[in-house]
Amino acid sequence: MSKKLWEKLTPGSVILEAGNAVKFKTGSWRAFRPKWIEENCIQCLFCWIYCPDMAVKVKDGKREDFDFDFCKGCGICALECPGKKGKKAIVMEEEGK
Amino acid sequence: MSKIVAVTGNEAVAEALRQINPDVCAAYPITPATDLMQRFSGFISNGKVKTEMVLVESEHSAMSACIGASAAGGRVATATSSQGLALMWEMLFIAAGDRLPIIMPVVNRALSAPLNIHGDHSDTMGARDSGWIQLYSENAQEAYHNTIQAFRIGEHLDIRLPVMVCMDGFIVSHSIERVEYLDDKDVQKFVGEYKQVNPLLDIDNPKSYGPLILTDLYHEYKRAQHEVMTKVKDVVLKVADDFEKLSGRKYGLFEEYRLDDAEIAIVILNSAAGTSKDVVDQYRDKGIKAGILKPRLFRPFPFEEVAEALKNVKAVAVLDRADSFGGYGPLFYEICGAIMPLEKKPLLINKIYGLGGRDYMPEQAEKVLDELSEIAKAGKIKTVKEYIGVRE
Repeated sequence: MSKKLWEKLTPGSVILEAGNAVKFKTGSWRAFRPKWIEENCIQCLFCWIYCPDMAVKVKDGKREDFDFDFCKGCGICALECPGKKGKKAIVMEEEGK
Repeated sequence: MSKIVAVTGNEAVAEALRQINPDVCAAYPITPATDLMQRFSGFISNGKVKTEMVLVESEHSAMSACIGASAAGGRVATATSSQGLALMWEMLFIAAGDRLPIIMPVVNRALSAPLNIHGDHSDTMGARDSGWIQLYSENAQEAYHNTIQAFRIGEHLDIRLPVMVCMDGFIVSHSIERVEYLDDKDVQKFVGEYKQVNPLLDIDNPKSYGPLILTDLYHEYKRAQHEVMTKVKDVVLKVADDFEKLSGRKYGLFEEYRLDDAEIAIVILNSAAGTSKDVVDQYRDKGIKAGILKPRLFRPFPFEEVAEALKNVKAVAVLDRADSFGGYGPLFYEICGAIMPLEKKPLLINKIYGLGGRDYMPEQAEKVLDELSEIAKAGKIKTVKEYIGVRE
């Protein structure tokens, strides 16, 4: 007889698969969306460090555009972004506009 | 070789912990904690055990640290009492939900207000729904034995649940009794090595404890937790069997005292069961068929077995040393639940006794037994719930 769903659960709800948060897409919560303005970006990677999730993708030491599957629109990246000559490389825009 | 000593309940339980030598112990070292942890920390200071003692800023933190240490992979114990257990409340559910076999002797004492730290069962009865296994002990000997068995029960691979070992505050915890200690090596062999199944410190296999589980699976996780509890009874009995071979003492899910042919019976926990047994002996001498049922395993409650033991009794008084204000005493509900499926049920009454350390005197047991005789004769109950031993 096949096991019921509750019988297959890991005791104590322990997650045994490392890094499986990548399967849990949380981008739909967002009310504000960060916009990356590449010409103002100095590649300091502050946004990558400060992002509480994994919405800033980095390849070969350089940032790429946001991964909106994981961006909740918290705005920390925009706040921390030093920009270039007073111009921010990340700005927040209202979602759906 | 076992040895016979004169010690308090706290000393006896601290000795059990010394013999078991847990990896980690986190505790909050002042009142309402008893000298149990003080004595155990003495063993640590004197190099008698290798336990890592974490002195924390509150009982909430004590249980939190125990949860962390247990998830990390350690064999973990702590102890508490009264308000301390109340302050742990939030974390108790997490220890059980995470399936961490933390062993915690609890010295049963009253809850404020008014401020009182004398013996009653309000503390652990308040924690009965937390998912912990609860064992109750009549005297220091039982508290010592239950502590040793608790490790085997809680750490059993089919169970992996935290266990509270309860004993009465002051009456047992601070009173000197004759206790037989087992040999260190025998105790260590009995509890065996502990191996966490999913230790956090296994860094080659990273894992997470305490995830967010919403409406999709929370209900199923609780269903699974309920299932584990259904397996506890068998493990308790198996461990008791093994323990009997070691100690010569027999433990079960509860103790039946002269209950076989009893027409009236008292159901009572912990030390007051001892007082009641003396009174039952006197009544038996007078030809009155009285008996006692003393639960040992309170969570999970052995409903079927208790019903079987009480099915031929005409009238039963359930004595609670805790009250559910606006309800009946907590033990009373369990007995109601147990006898519910019986076609012919004993008549049940509930007495609240001994709150805040009020002495439970033989006269109180006599009054209860006399009332039970009347109920058995008349076939009906006058008052279901009543406080006894109240000053006039």
